[in-house]
Amino acid sequence: MKLKLILGLSSALSLIGTPIQAEETNEVAQLKQMLLQMQEKFEQNQSEQRQQLESLRRELAALQSNQVTNDNPVTGASSNTAAQLEPSPPSSRTLLPATNSLSAPLTLVRSDSAYMNISFDVLIAAGGSTAADPAGQLELGDHDPSNNGFSLRNAEIAIDGAVDPYFKGYGNIVYKLDQNNETGAELEEAYLVSTALPDNLQLKAGQFFAAFGRQNSQHPHQWSFVDQPIILNRTLGPDGLRNVGAQLSWLAPTPFYTEAYLGVFNGQGGTAFSFRNEGEDVDGVPRVHGRETLDRTLRGPGDLLMAPRITSSFELTDEQTLVAGASAAFGPNDTGTGKRTEIYGVDLYWKWKPANANAGFPFVSWQTEANYQRFQAAANLTNAPAGYASLPAETLEDWGIYSQVLWGFRERWTAGLRGEYANGNKGSYDPSDIYRNERTRLSPMLAFFPSEFSKVRLQCNYDHGTLFGNQFSVWLQLEFLLGAHGAHKF
Amino acid sequence: MKHIAPVLLTLQLLSSAANARLNVVATTPDIASIARVIGDDKIELTTLAKPTEDPHFVDAKPSFIVKLNHADVLIEGGAGLEAGWLPALLDQSRNEKLASGAPGRIACSQGVRLLEVPASLDRAKGDIHSAGNPHYLADPVNAKVVAQHIAESLCLLDPKSAATFQGNLSQFNTEIDNKLAGWKKTLAPFQGRELAAYHNSWLYFGECFELKIDLFLEPKPGIPPTPAHLGQIIKKMKAMHVNTVIVDPYLNRKTAETVARNTGATVVDVTQFPGGVKGTEGGYIQMMNQTVNLLAESLIKKN
Repeated sequence: MKLKLILGLSSALSLIGTPIQAEETNEVAQLKQMLLQMQEKFEQNQSEQRQQLESLRRELAALQSNQVTNDNPVTGASSNTAAQLEPSPPSSRTLLPATNSLSAPLTLVRSDSAYMNISFDVLIAAGGSTAADPAGQLELGDHDPSNNGFSLRNAEIAIDGAVDPYFKGYGNIVYKLDQNNETGAELEEAYLVSTALPDNLQLKAGQFFAAFGRQNSQHPHQWSFVDQPIILNRTLGPDGLRNVGAQLSWLAPTPFYTEAYLGVFNGQGGTAFSFRNEGEDVDGVPRVHGRETLDRTLRGPGDLLMAPRITSSFELTDEQTLVAGASAAFGPNDTGTGKRTEIYGVDLYWKWKPANANAGFPFVSWQTEANYQRFQAAANLTNAPAGYASLPAETLEDWGIYSQVLWGFRERWTAGLRGEYANGNKGSYDPSDIYRNERTRLSPMLAFFPSEFSKVRLQCNYDHGTLFGNQFSVWLQLEFLLGAHGAHKF
Repeated sequence: MKHIAPVLLTLQLLSSAANARLNVVATTPDIASIARVIGDDKIELTTLAKPTEDPHFVDAKPSFIVKLNHADVLIEGGAGLEAGWLPALLDQSRNEKLASGAPGRIACSQGVRLLEVPASLDRAKGDIHSAGNPHYLADPVNAKVVAQHIAESLCLLDPKSAATFQGNLSQFNTEIDNKLAGWKKTLAPFQGRELAAYHNSWLYFGECFELKIDLFLEPKPGIPPTPAHLGQIIKKMKAMHVNTVIVDPYLNRKTAETVARNTGATVVDVTQFPGGVKGTEGGYIQMMNQTVNLLAESLIKKN
């Protein structure tokens, strides 16, 4: 049918072609274009039909060959006496009974049979600390074990799927229980990703974790330790740096992997911790670093949070891979008009896995991130918190590093050690700010994975800080996952 | 019409000149070796997984994203074999040619009769693939199905080289047919014999050569052997006079050796990926040849 169309079109074209010379070139070009498109479409349809035919043919062949083997035992049975003389070799039928029964139907392809993958992942912690209030002093991450005894800070529903030929969609809804066993819910992520942009570009839009460093964009069940590193809490916030926005990323045409990202976010609220974050109530006033915050919405493009990142990867050997990255985040904060925050970070990840690893073991990996933050705090001359006449304009700096080594020493077992350091310059407000004082932490960890879908982890934390001296904590973590197991990123 | 014909011709020439050779990425070395036979020197071929590597647990290295970004064709095993690592890579590869359903995306499991398709999905039974057992290339008949699938797709994508691809396909088919007859003859004396395997990845091989490979050192797929389970297996092997334990290069050979020591059986190193075991580097047919011969050598022994 389409062929006829093309033929008709081409004859029409040759008729029109001669008399009107002036418009000819233009029109001919258009028609050429049309013809090309139609031919392409025709060929595509043809190939699709051919493929369908082919798969049907294969199915038929498979059925027929199966029937042949099906028939063998029957003929064998009818000529039973003759067959008894020689030991009858067991046919493939006896080895594989009922290949065409309901319990094992003939299947061409049945993976990905739903439009959407869905999973439910739960992290449960039990343990204790010498600190009276672990969440208030030591474990600052929102999904860290929050109190002595049991805690459940992350029950996550994750969904993903292809939206259409142009987008994929993702969602992560997290439920968590607070110390009073009240349920909190957060729409942790809900975003789409383009699949068909030209020039190696990819667009992401919605609510999502900023591409900053390595751990920020990972969900808690992907972390190698039960809690979030101290310096990430101080710079990117207890909930990670995530916000509503959009991100364009570009895969560079280098022979090794290089990807550049630029994220643009509203940068508002508690999940934009160091940016336009209203802060917490002190003396009845919302404050950040003692300064009364401006409660304001976005006024212009300059108020947006910008997060650029570049990352590269190198195959050091057949068995060793290195990934390095540099990230930054820039945006205004809420302590005063024109006051801004800058965060810079570098990250490094190295992994060794032998060529004959069994189920992913053994392996050794090393991950390090270092962040530095400059926070311009406005002067607070008239409405300072109790005990302060006023607070001057100043730049608050924070810096810190964590480094962790994991050793998958045998199938299903991983041992790890993480060391951390974080510090900040002395601001003029609150010498007992838990987010700004010097801290070190050493965390040995042992994890056992009964299967890919469950995990038991034991972690000890040796904490030292100028505010709390030495503290010791032990956390046991249990994880289970139901449903689709998404592919792991490296 | 007379204006268009030269334009079309020029366009075709231009496009074929630009992509002189199809850039083909294969996920695992078995399908890569078949693609190499069919595509010969008309394709650039890159393989992601190593032959000694567990195909379920390949790391999604960023360098693979670059390889997929440059590819014209992706050949995957399908049936969930690469589910743990390939989707994440494809998401980042930004390559529409490899979108599912595109002519450049070849899922080899398509058209293969998959066995052990579970009637119900239940992870209490271990890590079972919902699409069925994905180790279908251990049956040489399926290798022919896959070769045909690859050849047809390559013909569509590079019609200029269609004759080469078709020629290579029929040569491969003939060679498989000839070899298969020989392999069946070699293993014919052992029809119906029991073998022990570490993991349930030799089902299709067993079906093809009428061997029962259904004693597994793993108590359930993906669950490592326990002493209690191994005890039972040893008992069964002794009772059934099983003299051969087969083990893939990425599995724990020591466990297989322990079982062999306790039963008087022999451990046979086998692979489904050319290059996974020494002497199989030459490709699919050489690998199958070695597997058949090693098994025959082992099965003939008395224990």
